[in-house]
Order: sequence, then C-alpha cells, then structure tokens
Amino acid sequence: MAGDTDKLVRDLALRMGDNALILGQRVSAWCGHAPVLEEDIALANVALDLIGQTKLWLGLAADLGAGANADDVAFLRDARAFRNSLLVEQPNGDYGATLMRQFLFDAWHYPMLNGLKDSADARVAEIAEKSAKEAAYHLERSSDFVVRLGDGSDESRARMQDALDALYPFAGELTTPDETDDALAAAGLAPDLNALGEHYDAYLDRVLSEATLTAPEGAVRKGGKAGLHTEEMGHILADMQWLQRAYPGATW
Amino acid sequence: MTPALAKPTTDDVWRWLEDVPDPEIPVVSVVDLGIIRNVEWRDDTLIVTVTPTYSGCPATAVIAMEVEEAIRRRGVDAVRIETQISPAWTTDWITDAAKEKLKAYGIAPPKGASCAGMLTAPAEIECPRCGSTDTSEISRFGSTPCKASWRCNACLEPFDYFKSF
Ligand SMILES: [Zn+2]
Repeated sequence: MAGDTDKLVRDLALRMGDNALILGQRVSAWCGHAPVLEEDIALANVALDLIGQTKLWLGLAADLGAGANADDVAFLRDARAFRNSLLVEQPNGDYGATLMRQFLFDAWHYPMLNGLKDSADARVAEIAEKSAKEAAYHLERSSDFVVRLGDGSDESRARMQDALDALYPFAGELTTPDETDDALAAAGLAPDLNALGEHYDAYLDRVLSEATLTAPEGAVRKGGKAGLHTEEMGHILADMQWLQRAYPGATW
Repeated sequence: MTPALAKPTTDDVWRWLEDVPDPEIPVVSVVDLGIIRNVEWRDDTLIVTVTPTYSGCPATAVIAMEVEEAIRRRGVDAVRIETQISPAWTTDWITDAAKEKLKAYGIAPPKGASCAGMLTAPAEIECPRCGSTDTSEISRFGSTPCKASWRCNACLEPFDYFKSF
C-alpha cells in the first residue's frame, strides 16, 4: 500500500538525515580549532557535505509529513524524535576520537548510500547517488588517517586505540537491523543490513589490522534508531536549536 | 503602450547564461561548469534547471540568484529556477575550453573521467604555473568543496586542483 511505503521512506529519510545532521553538527564544532590548517579545511568540508545531505534527506521526510520543511524537521523536534545512531552523537573528544568516529561512520555510510542508489523509491535513489560521491572522499580520508595515526607514534597509536575502545561498541547499531530496516529491505527500498554488515566488518578488519589496532569485544550499544539517545543528545540539541526555539520563525 | 518583448529563444537564454560567472571561480561561467542542465519554456514561464556541484556547496544559492537576475535584466520576468540532483553533477561536464581557463587562472583542471567510489588519488597532476608533473597532494580538501590542495615540487608553489568528481 502506498501509505505504508511512504511511512517507510519517511523513516529511512529521517534515519539518514539525522545521522548526517548530528555528525555534521558535531564535526562543524572543530572549525577554527583543528590541529593543522589542512585538517580544519577538511573537517569544514566534510561537515558541509553532511549538512547539504541533511537538507536533501530531511526535505524528503518533510514532503512525507515529518514537518513543514527541512528546517522545521531539524530545529523543532525533541530528542526522542531523532533517529540517528548513538555513534554520531558521541562527543568530539581529542582529534583521534573525532577521526575514529568519522571512520566508523564513513565505513557504513558509503556502502549504505551505494546500496540506496538501487532503492525502489526514485527520490531515495537520487539523494543517494548525489551523496555517495561525497561519502567516497570522506571514507578515503578517514581510513587513511586511522592507518597513519594507528600505525604511527606510541602516543598516536595509544590515542587511536583508546578511541576505538570507546566508540566501537556504538558502531554495531549502524549494521544491526531492526523491524523498520527489515521492512525497508523487504520492500526493496534499502539494502539488506545483514549483508552490508558483513562487508562492514571485513572492511574494518582490513583497515584496523593495517593500523595495528584491535577492536574490543563486547555488546553493541544501541537505541538511537528508536529515539532512545544518550545524554549527549540533549546538549547537542540545546546548542543547535536554541535560536529557533527562542525566536520562532526567525530569519536573517 | 510598449509592445510586449518577443519571447527569447532558449538558445538566446543559453547565450546569456554563458556570461554568468561562477561566484567562486569567476573565470568560468555556470554553463562552462555544466551546472545549467536545461532551459525551457513551460507555457509563458521560463524554467532554468540547475544542479548543485556538491550538496552543501554554499555557492548554489548564489548561482540560482545570479541566473535569475541575468534573465530578468533582459526583460523576462516570468522565470523560475528549478533544482535537479539526478543525474549527479560530475566534473566530466566541464567543457574543454573551461578546463583551459581554469589552468590559466592557476587551478589545475580535473584529470581523467570521474568515477564515484574511485578511492585512489590521481597519478599525475600538472602544476598550472610551471607545467611540471612532479607534484604531490597536500590534502584531498581545499578552499572550496570542489578543490583539493596540491604542491609543486619543481617551482615549490602550492596550487588548487579541481578534483575529479
Ligand atoms: Zn610548478
């Protein structure tokens, strides 16, 4: 039924859009603070790509009833309505943590977008086609850095391993399907997350072993897809939304 | 009474747009860059379809404004700018003439055909100043989303590379 499909596509658009929005918001906080100029520029560009993609995804979600427009969807929802993974809301930490979070995300984002290019929904396929080209550059950069810093000095290696220990438990949520993911895959709207997860694990194995880093054992920490976030989320939204909340409808 | 202006042809409009510079790299026009995807009359409204280079490129809104302004200036008031994201913009659409203009401006033009997911840096990029191919990448990202930062090992100057995308 068309109504069911629209609801599934809206859920998918919110998940993709919220992941891009929250990570874009996190990464943009580095602007003017990165350790070297080239990295400052690179992070600003990555954040810009993610915010651009957010506009496309949340615009689609808005068309399907999530709000009046992309801005309203971004600025007027409460934490419980956000569908991003817990990984992207984790704090920036040191530069190693920021890079590791980006790597764990990009390694899922790029193949996910590639899979979405074949979505039965043309609007989803179009956004994925545009975003995948950008995500390819992100993944290349973050993989490169994980190897350089992991297989680097004693200090850089220790920091990257600390970052991996702290962030890896959140990565599994991206590739662990819930009911919505299963329904999306069954309808041909999104790729099968189990198959994508195998590809993800193999890619991580390859890059992390080259980086001389070891992923920790342990349970997957999840909840974001269902709107159950860590306490970080409230802080992010307070920062991101206060202007629209304090001055509704403000423009400049 | 002033007589209504004759409706310009779409060829006329394309020619006007060839004079609209890209806001960030003014030596090339929006037509040169392949950002204008279509020009057509829909009833009595002129529709210009543009595509963004990168989805978050801040120049996109400025380009739409400048295109609209260039058309209104010629007396066409019923104009609408539409955005289209598919097929996704690629540097393959940049004209050869524009690649020469980029080079003369000091930006190394994109090399080779683009390929989404091509995860290796291009082999040989020519320094736009001295022509040497003894160059190396500083960063895959640069001063605008479409550029990467490179340096020339021969003349020792840094330069922008319009990356294949
Ligand atoms: Zn040179």
